[in-house]
Amino acid sequence: MSRRGGPPRDLAGETDLPVLLPAAAALQHRARRERELGAALPRLTWRHGLVLLLGLLVSAGLAQAQAGAAKEPVLEVIVRWLPVLLEGFLFNIVISVLAMAFGTLVGTWLGLMQISLLLPVRAGSWVVTQFFRNAPWLVLLFYCMFLLPFELRILGLTVPFPDWLKATIGLSLPVVANVSEIVRGAVNSIPSGQWEASESLAFNRRQVLWMIILPQCVKRMLPPWMNLYAILTMATVLASVVGVSEMMTQAGRVLAAENRPELLIPIYSFVLLCFFLYCYPIARWTVALERRFQVRL
Amino acid sequence: MAWNAEQPIVSCKDVHKSFGAIEVLKGVTLDVAKGETICVIGPSGSGKSTLLRCINALVPIDSGSITVEGQEVHDPKLDKLALRRKVGMVFQQYNLFPHKSALQNVMMAPVTVLKQDRAEVEQRAYRLMKKVRLEGKELAYPGELSGGQQQRVAIARALAMNPDVMLFDEVTAALDPETVKEVLVTIRELAEEGMTCILVTHEMGFAREVADQIYFTDRGVIVEQGPPADFFASAKDPRTREFLSQIL
Amino acid sequence: MDWSWAFEWARTLSEQSGVNLTFVYDSYDRDRLARGFLNTVYLSLVCLFLSVVIGVLGAWLQGSKLVWTRRIVQGYIQFFRNTPPLVQLYFFYFAIGSLMPTYENRFGFQEPMLDNFAWAVISLSFFAGAFNVEIFRSGIEAVPAATVEAAESLGYNRLQAYRYIVLPLAFRVCLPALNNNLVNLVKTTTLAYAIAVPEMLYMANQIWSDSVNVPETMTFLLFAYVFLVGLLVWAMHAWERSMRMPGYGR
Repeated sequence: MSRRGGPPRDLAGETDLPVLLPAAAALQHRARRERELGAALPRLTWRHGLVLLLGLLVSAGLAQAQAGAAKEPVLEVIVRWLPVLLEGFLFNIVISVLAMAFGTLVGTWLGLMQISLLLPVRAGSWVVTQFFRNAPWLVLLFYCMFLLPFELRILGLTVPFPDWLKATIGLSLPVVANVSEIVRGAVNSIPSGQWEASESLAFNRRQVLWMIILPQCVKRMLPPWMNLYAILTMATVLASVVGVSEMMTQAGRVLAAENRPELLIPIYSFVLLCFFLYCYPIARWTVALERRFQVRL
Repeated sequence: MAWNAEQPIVSCKDVHKSFGAIEVLKGVTLDVAKGETICVIGPSGSGKSTLLRCINALVPIDSGSITVEGQEVHDPKLDKLALRRKVGMVFQQYNLFPHKSALQNVMMAPVTVLKQDRAEVEQRAYRLMKKVRLEGKELAYPGELSGGQQQRVAIARALAMNPDVMLFDEVTAALDPETVKEVLVTIRELAEEGMTCILVTHEMGFAREVADQIYFTDRGVIVEQGPPADFFASAKDPRTREFLSQIL
Repeated sequence: MDWSWAFEWARTLSEQSGVNLTFVYDSYDRDRLARGFLNTVYLSLVCLFLSVVIGVLGAWLQGSKLVWTRRIVQGYIQFFRNTPPLVQLYFFYFAIGSLMPTYENRFGFQEPMLDNFAWAVISLSFFAGAFNVEIFRSGIEAVPAATVEAAESLGYNRLQAYRYIVLPLAFRVCLPALNNNLVNLVKTTTLAYAIAVPEMLYMANQIWSDSVNVPETMTFLLFAYVFLVGLLVWAMHAWERSMRMPGYGR
């Protein structure tokens, strides 16, 4: 999180021989990425899905054995409640997509302000970024849930402001801060020679930024941006704490309605499996992009 | 067993060493007298570096014997600390400790291992830094030094233990051509001061200049040996001649 | 130190402008908030400590010769790394908690062996510990065997080489990632709210429910967390800078 620019260097950087093995550089790379994301990098593999599926089936079997044959089979209970659960999951996805879109738009501008030549702009955007990076997600979520009005009046029009939309805004605030850091990190990672070379060709700063630097940054920003999306998707379950009807909340309601404690693990396994099925392709794609862009490790 | 300075300071007799199925040393015998400088040359993979590691007991041997100042190195009861005080070693990759400054690198072992007085060690460390021509670089960290400078710190670090024998394991192999010279100058001075040096090297010119004896190893055995003048002028073994023709 | 002027000021402020800082002038609310703050700090410290212990133990077990030991550690890491911490917390509290035996307290009620706070500690420590295992493992792996060899050639024995060379080096390699994880852990302690652990968020919630001063308490809470986490981040970075090896990395 140093404020200094310049390309990042590996631990085994300046000397001609590695005194530390590649594990050191890999760990440093990871630490730098996680600092931008404000959370640990998710790394899903197909094995996780397999384990979740097995967990679901085994726990359903155990629950069945515990409950006896007289009760309705566990998997049938899940199927019966499927519409309710999936409707909740739809909320998770909608919240994550909207929060990401909003967070990306605002965060990109905030990130560009962080590399402004004007000190007040740079300092101000830095403070905003650090503020939202250091605030716990749940606290930001609470803040928006309780302090945003339930409807907005614009020009005599009354726009309702439902809970899920407030949760979306609450979750987008940390995204703003982390996207801002991703942008700043990416711009700083471009060697200063690129700036010098383009300035020597009489491009002005805006042109250099938009025509030379940012296009090169996309490669570096895309994988962490997608990682951030995966983190955000997982974080949408926090909305259940403030009562938005997303999947975790719905799962709790299903459990309450059924009043069968042995259903707890099968139903939550099913919730996790849904998240896995959604996040896994994104994770694969992220890894593929990282490999294609040959992000330095 | 009493040892006197007329006997070889390092003596290897029929040393065998295998790593798994690969026999790296197949009966190596060599004697080094006190104050002598010997160079071990040969193609890579001929067991030169392993031999040095065996002399310093970093690697155990399978059979044979190695003695340093009359003390059997691979005796299980050996006090390794005592041996390593007598034998200093410098590595191809310097292996400095990157979290300590150059001076701290030199001082660490005498202070923590030998429990010597810190102030006295510090004075010695400054002297050694001067000796390897790194005056003024005492507080620099390894990451801030060039390869050649790091290697000279490594030499000073080994010297700080006041060894009787110095082992140099291809110490210039990883360096830029320009910095090779500064390291070689340091080693030559050591040799001229009467330090017993065993060098594994690819620098033939340097070997010819500085060595009292040259050993040529190939595939785990010593093929040929002799003083440099004879060795380079009239090598007898075809393998030696082939090697020299490739390298010179 | 006499704070009564501040209490008076807050009371006047609420009378004159309606900005109702009960957690400043009302001793009951003030105590609740202070207790919540201390609980957050206590929860963080206990979890920090335990997660580092779990990290060291796990990294050691991962070097085990037994395949199954390594697999179990790997499975543990994978589970905690790839599921939301909230789900982990519910899993511990509701699923495992319901299986734990209960005992009869002095009022004759059945009480669980472990209370909510204990479950939060267990869950969060395992969560952060999983990352620490990986971090410590890579730290050790980053130190080349040649460095140990160099130390041994200087007369260090195995133990000394580890104590003076390998561990200090590995620690420096680990520090940035470790710091990220610990900062993240402190932020994650807010989740303990979900199982009614009386930490700062939970206590603040009680205050604004009772005193109906949501905006004031909420804003204060947000700034308190940002300050707390910011302080931690700053301290960790200062530590990182003092530990940095010149010439390596940033």
